[in-house]
Amino acid sequence: MRPPSPSIPEKEFLFSALKQGLRLDGREFFETRPVTLTFGPELGWVECSLGQTRVLAQVDAKMIKPPPERPFEGVISIHSEISPMASSEFELGRPSEEEVTITRMLDKVIRRSDVVDKESLCILAGQRVWHLRLNVHCLSDSGNLLDCACLAGIVALKHFRRPDVEVIGEEVTVHHPTSRAPIPLSLHHNLYCFTFAFFSDTSIHPVLDPNHLEQRLNGGLISIALNAHRELCVVQKSGGVPLEPADVLRIVNVAVQKAKDLDVIVESRLREDWEGRKVEVR
Amino acid sequence: MTIVLPGERAPARHVNLKLGPGLFQNSNASTSTGRAAPSIFATRAGTLNHSSNGSKWWIESNARRYVPAAQESVIGVVVQKQGEGFRLDIGTAHSANLDGLAFEGATKRNKPNLKVGSLIYGRISLAHKDMEPELECFDAQSRKSEGFGELKGGFLVRCSLRLCRQLLDPKYFLLPLLGSLFPLEIAVGLNGRVWISSQDAKRTIAIAQAIEAADPDAQGMDEDGIRTLLEDLGRK
Repeated sequence: MRPPSPSIPEKEFLFSALKQGLRLDGREFFETRPVTLTFGPELGWVECSLGQTRVLAQVDAKMIKPPPERPFEGVISIHSEISPMASSEFELGRPSEEEVTITRMLDKVIRRSDVVDKESLCILAGQRVWHLRLNVHCLSDSGNLLDCACLAGIVALKHFRRPDVEVIGEEVTVHHPTSRAPIPLSLHHNLYCFTFAFFSDTSIHPVLDPNHLEQRLNGGLISIALNAHRELCVVQKSGGVPLEPADVLRIVNVAVQKAKDLDVIVESRLREDWEGRKVEVR
Repeated sequence: MTIVLPGERAPARHVNLKLGPGLFQNSNASTSTGRAAPSIFATRAGTLNHSSNGSKWWIESNARRYVPAAQESVIGVVVQKQGEGFRLDIGTAHSANLDGLAFEGATKRNKPNLKVGSLIYGRISLAHKDMEPELECFDAQSRKSEGFGELKGGFLVRCSLRLCRQLLDPKYFLLPLLGSLFPLEIAVGLNGRVWISSQDAKRTIAIAQAIEAADPDAQGMDEDGIRTLLEDLGRK
C-alpha cells in the first residue's frame, strides 16, 4: 500500500507559509541544506547527506574485455538501488515514477555527460579495459534524493583511485596499492545537479533543494546539472507547470553560483580526506 | 535498569502483575508448569523498567514504525471513505477503520463529513494482531469528544515514537518551554505524529523545528540547545 498524499492541513500550511516567504525548515528560497560528505575506509566509498537525506555511493573497478565496437573505451555502469529502507513510499520490484527519474538522471549526469574520460580507462586496446561499477544506495529520503545521489556519485568517482598497471608488450601487470600508489580517475569536469521545485500557484516563489513535503506537493521540478565553469550539461523538467524563459534563465544563474560554492566544499573535503590517509611509498 | 533483547526472559513477578508494552506472557508455558512459573518474555529490545512495588513492568525503546495498542491516542489521515465509515492511515502496517458513528453525538442522520486528507485525532479502541485496528473519537468513560475529532488548520510534524511519548510526560522540558514563550495548541499522537497550531505560520514553524531538533533520532538537543535555536529563529 502506498502512503496517502499529504493531509489537507499540511498542504494548506505549506502553501500559506511559502506565500508569506517562509520555508518549513527556516531556509531561504534559494538555499540548500548543509552538505556533509563522509568517506569510508576504502577509496571510492562516500556517504553524502543533504539534511536528513542520505545516499551512499561506492565505486569499484575490474578488468574486462571491451565490446568489439568500442575497443579503446572503458565501461561505466551505474547500479542504483532505492529500497523501502529510504522511505516507506518505495516498494521493491515496482519502481515508482520518482525512482525511474532518479535512475535516468544519474545515467545522464554521470555516464552520458562524459564526466569520466573513458579512453583513459583503456589498458590494452581491444584486449583489456577497466570496468567501473558505481553502486548508489539511497539510505534515507527526506526530499531531493536526486541531487544527493548525483553528488554522492560524482564525489565517489573523484575519491576513487584505481590500481596502477604496467603494460609490456602484451603482458599486463597490476600493481598492488601497497607497492605503487593508486591513480585517480581522469575526470573532465565536476558536474553538480540542482533541483528547483515550482508550485502550481504562480505567486509562490520557486524553491531550491525541496524537502520532503515540498517535493510531494510541487507542481513541477527542474533539475539542472552543470559545473563550476558555467557549462550546462543536463536540464530536465517534469510536472505540468508552465514556465517563462526568464524564470529558467534566472534559476540557471542561481545554480551557477551554487555549483561554485559546492565545488569549493567538495574539493576541500576531498583534500582533507586525502591528507588524512597516510599513503606511504617506499 | 537492564537492557533486554527480544526473546529474553524478564524477571517480572507479582501477585497482581500488569505487563506494559514490549512484554508478553507465554500462556502455554505457564499452563504446563502450573501457576508457579509464569514466563514473561520481552518482545522488543530496550530497557526494562518497573514500578516501585514491582507490579507494573514495561520496556522502553525507540522506533519509527508504529504498532497499534488499545487505548492509545493517535493522529490519522483519512485515505478513503468507505460506506458508513472511513479508512485512516495511522502509520501502521495496515490502515485503521473509523466508524462514522464513533464521534460525540453522531447519529445516522448527523455524521461528520470528513474529506480524504483530513486529519483525525482519535483513540484506538481495538488493536488485535489478526485484525485491522479500529478508532473512536470519544472518551471511553464520558463518551464526550474530549478533544478528539477532526484537526483543522495547523500543521503536522512527524517524530520518533520515543519523542512523542516524552512529549506526554509533564516533566519533559519542551512543551512547558514552548508554552512559556507563546500560546499554542498541540495534539500528540503516539504514532509519531504531532499536530501543532499557533497564531501565525512563523511560530508554527518554530515549534516544528524545535520538535524535530529535540528528536533523539535526529540531533537530540537538550533544553539549552532548543532555547538558543528558538532565539536564533526569533531574530530572523
